[in-house]
Amino acid sequence: MTGQEAIIDVRGLSKSFGDKVAVNQVNLKVHKGDIFGFLGPNGSGKTTTIRLLCGLLTPDAGEGQCLGLDVLAESRRIKRQVGYMTQRFSFYEDLTIRENLDFVARVYGMSGRKAAVDEALHQLGLEQRQHQLAGDLSGGWKQRLALSACMLHQPKLLLLDEPTAGVDPQARRDFWDEIHRLSGRGITVLVSTHYMDEAERCNRLGYIAYGHLVGEGSPQSLVEESGLVTWLVDGPDIHRVADELRQFPAAEQVVPFGNRLYVSGTDEKALGQALRPLMQQAAFHVERTEPRLEDVFIRLMNTSREERW
Amino acid sequence: MSAFSLYRLWAVVLKEFVQLRRDRLTFAMMIGIPLIQLTLFGFAINSDPKHLPLAVRSAESTPYTRSIIEALVHTDYFTLVRLTDSEAEADRLLAEGKVQFVLAIPPGFTRALLRGEHPALLMQADATDPSATANALAAVQQIEGQALTHDLTGPLAHLKGRAGAFQIEFHRRYNPEGITQYNIVPGLMGVILTMTMIMMTALAITREHERGTMENLLAMPVQPLEVMIGKIVPYILVGYVQVAVIMAASKWVFQVPMEGSMLLLVVGILVFILANLTVGITVSSVSRNQAQAMQMSFFFLLPSILLSGFMFPFRGMPEWAQVIGTALPLTHFLRFIRGLLLKGNDWALAWPHLWPLLLFILIVMGVGLLRYRRTLD
Repeated sequence: MTGQEAIIDVRGLSKSFGDKVAVNQVNLKVHKGDIFGFLGPNGSGKTTTIRLLCGLLTPDAGEGQCLGLDVLAESRRIKRQVGYMTQRFSFYEDLTIRENLDFVARVYGMSGRKAAVDEALHQLGLEQRQHQLAGDLSGGWKQRLALSACMLHQPKLLLLDEPTAGVDPQARRDFWDEIHRLSGRGITVLVSTHYMDEAERCNRLGYIAYGHLVGEGSPQSLVEESGLVTWLVDGPDIHRVADELRQFPAAEQVVPFGNRLYVSGTDEKALGQALRPLMQQAAFHVERTEPRLEDVFIRLMNTSREERW
Repeated sequence: MSAFSLYRLWAVVLKEFVQLRRDRLTFAMMIGIPLIQLTLFGFAINSDPKHLPLAVRSAESTPYTRSIIEALVHTDYFTLVRLTDSEAEADRLLAEGKVQFVLAIPPGFTRALLRGEHPALLMQADATDPSATANALAAVQQIEGQALTHDLTGPLAHLKGRAGAFQIEFHRRYNPEGITQYNIVPGLMGVILTMTMIMMTALAITREHERGTMENLLAMPVQPLEVMIGKIVPYILVGYVQVAVIMAASKWVFQVPMEGSMLLLVVGILVFILANLTVGITVSSVSRNQAQAMQMSFFFLLPSILLSGFMFPFRGMPEWAQVIGTALPLTHFLRFIRGLLLKGNDWALAWPHLWPLLLFILIVMGVGLLRYRRTLD
């Protein structure tokens, strides 16, 4: 379903606040129908990049197109075709569900407003509760309402800034099913998230750290290109073992996960040597496994930090 | 756990101090408000206004009339701003509020004086604000006996007599009984509108910022002017409801006269409401949160009440305070509304008080639009 038409194509996007560089020379290309996952630690510039794309912030430098329109000169026209969902629920809690949707529809000057709002309410399954205050909705429902409100004017591009933060797993799954449905209809989605399971549901990922886009590609290619080797260690007294393994420089990441240990590093040989004593003990079960996305991202963040300092 | 711990109390006190120190505006308010109040009450306010503008309408100019005018000016309560022989002009000056008093010297005054007929002069006062004229009129009574002491000598000395050579009659225009409510109630309309309009709108945009809904609004294709006007319109209606309540009370409870045109009232109030709403919107687009917006509107409100002529006579204030007062919309509205209700001023007479309001709207709206953040930069 990924077409070749670039919906977002920006180069050298930069933005500073005072002397803090929030976004530094970011190049970003997102194709039609993509679900582009935008990852990175807190304060890495995810939100700023999204705000730059939808015209909420003016870039200091950079050029390119969004929906075929110039990001610098035509931000007002871009706004009309973009649905932007903020990190924090930013519709009116003291308006009812229906009143919120009505407001959005009016602001976009939609013809057939009533039908559009009815349809949105129907799809949300909130027809029965349309006269409830939006502030009374649970976190998950608020997110779904926000998504439906920013889809109301039928944008071609959705920018979602951590849409599922603080939402329960079932609501998150429903939310992502909806995103996939939208993607199937040819809508391009750029979504920032901290959740690895969500990252895995994207078909392309970008990892931003300290304002730099340090990794980009499909989840599989990011794992493959990372050069990471990961071992899974299962056995008794896992925390002591973890402390011992951390003595080896080759064991770059040692992550306890329940009763198991994920040990990753880029130096395959040295890592194997570090693990050899454990392999020889019968109490331990040691096996190679696929590196997880999380390990890949932590590595991306650490290497970019090393490059910085 | 003990019921009351000084140590825990100290923890809270310390935290409050740290937070207080961080909140610069509140800190500035705590220092600034007493200073402003001291300045305003201490220097600006004067309930015994002097040097009030006086016009003299005189059919003749003789040594005697000149002496009387001189004696009036000498009381310090009057400043002669205009000498005219036209009754129409004198009336207009009074209606516009350009002068507070008109002394009318009738034709043949000197002749009657010299004949010992005890002729009368007419002192007309703009008594819309009774407290502003009371002391001046009291001073006028003093001069009846003394003004001509030096002129009436020799053979004319007998004219001084016991009752004085002439007398001055008072005419308290617009409010002959000197009823304070006539002045206060229309003024109150201005104060109430200032208070509610500014505060309500000041909170309007700040609330969007504070609740995070501004980000959403900015991401949508709404223009700043649309947001501003859209937020103003509902409050115009609220303002008119307030006006209706106050007008009803002033008519049936306080029996304040309603001399002027109703249409002019409605239009003038609209201009004034708009002026206040633009202040509110501008305040709210400058301040970062609702508490700041409230504090800033209070900053505006205090001088509005004290320096506009609502509580204390405008002409009693020193020059600098009058300059500040002139920049406030309430000052012009008070002149407008008192002129309309009590003097029955028409459109032409109201205009001098309305255009400053329109100018005010233009300037403040401009500042507000410049400051409105179209982006989140």
